[in-house]
Amino acid sequence: MSVVALAPYEFEPRDVRENFPAPLIYIGWDQHQLFCAPICLPLPPGTPFGALGAAVLPGIYGFHPDFAKIDWTKVQWFKSGQPWTPDPAKSLADNGLQHKDAIRFRTPGLSGIQGSFS
Amino acid sequence: MDTRVTSKKLGLKERYAAMTRGLGWETTYQPMDKVFPYDKYEGIKIHDWDKWQDPFRLTMEAYWKYQGEKEKKLYAVIEAFAQNNGQLGVTDARYINALKIFIQGVTPLEYYAHRGFAHVGRQFTGEGARVAAQMQSVDELRHYQTETHAISHYNKHFNGMHHSNHWFDRVWYLSVPKSFFEDACTGGPFEFLTAVSFSFEYVLTNLLFVPFMSGAANNGDMSTVTFGFSAQSDESRHMTLGIECIKFLLEQDPDNVPIVQRWIDKWFWRGYRLLSIVAMMQDYMLPKRVMSWKEAWEMYAEESGGALFKDLARYGIREPAGWKQACEGKAHISHQTWNAFYNYNAAAPIHTWVPSDEELNWLSEKYPESFDQYYRPRLEHFREQQQAGNRFYSKTLPMLCNTCQIPMIFTEEGDASQICYRESDYKAYKYHFCSDHCKSIFDHEPEKYVQSWLPVHQVYQGNCFKPGTDPTAEGFDPLMAVLDFYEMNVGRDNFDFEGSEDQKNFAAWKGDTK
Repeated sequence: MSVVALAPYEFEPRDVRENFPAPLIYIGWDQHQLFCAPICLPLPPGTPFGALGAAVLPGIYGFHPDFAKIDWTKVQWFKSGQPWTPDPAKSLADNGLQHKDAIRFRTPGLSGIQGSFS
Repeated sequence: MDTRVTSKKLGLKERYAAMTRGLGWETTYQPMDKVFPYDKYEGIKIHDWDKWQDPFRLTMEAYWKYQGEKEKKLYAVIEAFAQNNGQLGVTDARYINALKIFIQGVTPLEYYAHRGFAHVGRQFTGEGARVAAQMQSVDELRHYQTETHAISHYNKHFNGMHHSNHWFDRVWYLSVPKSFFEDACTGGPFEFLTAVSFSFEYVLTNLLFVPFMSGAANNGDMSTVTFGFSAQSDESRHMTLGIECIKFLLEQDPDNVPIVQRWIDKWFWRGYRLLSIVAMMQDYMLPKRVMSWKEAWEMYAEESGGALFKDLARYGIREPAGWKQACEGKAHISHQTWNAFYNYNAAAPIHTWVPSDEELNWLSEKYPESFDQYYRPRLEHFREQQQAGNRFYSKTLPMLCNTCQIPMIFTEEGDASQICYRESDYKAYKYHFCSDHCKSIFDHEPEKYVQSWLPVHQVYQGNCFKPGTDPTAEGFDPLMAVLDFYEMNVGRDNFDFEGSEDQKNFAAWKGDTK
């Protein structure tokens, strides 16, 4: 469908890739809602995927007692809601991640503060 | 012999007709459609504007007289409140945060409503609708002013209220109410009425005003209560306008029904999302509680809303598409919203805190199906960490819903363990949503919402720094640069209530030396 308008109604999206220093990637940690929402980060496309768990996420999720217990080889990833197996050695771009992609991960066996999914 | 004299004075009814319907005319120099370009393009068909039932029955003259009297009384109370240092009578300085939310996020909406009604009042060809919109426009402007005056007294004594207009156009969570109203004002005039007069004023307004006003009454804030009484008679007129206009649209032409239904679906959901902040205020910010959000929802939405949509069924209108999800959310949204403010309190000019044990128990009792299982453990964990000197503040910006602009905090219907993610592809990009209904609003008018001014994305685009800021400078702190752009007083307006200036001042004024 489209907007009902009196005149042609077409605008450049406000969040096109060129407007950002790096593509935006959204990341969520399932069943850990102590962090109220997934996060949004501009990440250079050349960043190795494995750097997320090793370098990017510790500063963001390290407050949670479950974070240190994560076994990154067992983490289940989802992209746009579908199970997804990224290659940690390859870059974000080579793993097919593009501007405004949403990925999330599950950490089996870890279900938040006292199992509250928080 | 007595001569019969014709009275020069009009009777009440004639006078009313002359001062409303009698004010319109058919243009002759220019075609009507050129003078009133907006009242047909939305597809709404009006055959007879004379069928419009005036909800107000007031002439402008009577309006001024009546409102002038009310205003005099209100200002006398506000004045007395200030003279008597009424701010010392509130239950606890935590309560003031409800007023901060109000002046930051609700009062500016009154001003938007004033503009919106002034606009649609100009655009309708029916005089009855034009007069009604004009009066409501003036009401809304008055509310903006009286709220500002009533709360200005608190601004002298507490933080977080000094820059509310500036914040409304900049601060992340205020883009939620702002985008709501800009969406309404940029629709056509009939969509605006359905959005604001019907979906918001008629269906949801009790959920906004009653919690704030009874919250004020329960917490010793007589100034706000008086404002509430003053506005109440206006609100009841606004509600009447809401229901009259919807019935009028539905009676005029059967082709209007699907258009109006879609607007009701959209605006019910947008209004419901907007009320998340009221839900949080009600369950967390009132030291002396009135009723839980869930109870308020059951009373004002489920009971009266349910009856309303049964009544509208004869026109072919069903309950809004998101009704069931909204009812399911009543056990969760206040807790999820409070957590967002707790997480991002470094960037919000209000205070948050972990409720006391007594308050946690109240929440457990009011939310037996959700609080102990999902929400209490994390609050206790936060408290434990805070007491160990490790108060949690998130420093990474959240993912936002492209439609309601709220961080993606809401969970799947029937599964509070899972955040709800929805997305749409439009042209070259993906767009993300918190719910099926925010997604469907986008899918219906993607050209509109690709323009969303999402605060998180705007920060990353470099648009939320003051001119002259150099993000490449050594030691550049983006969060501090954004707070500078907000013109927040860091350390006074933001952070936890525990240790705040508001807390210390209030204790000192009350002689509380605990």
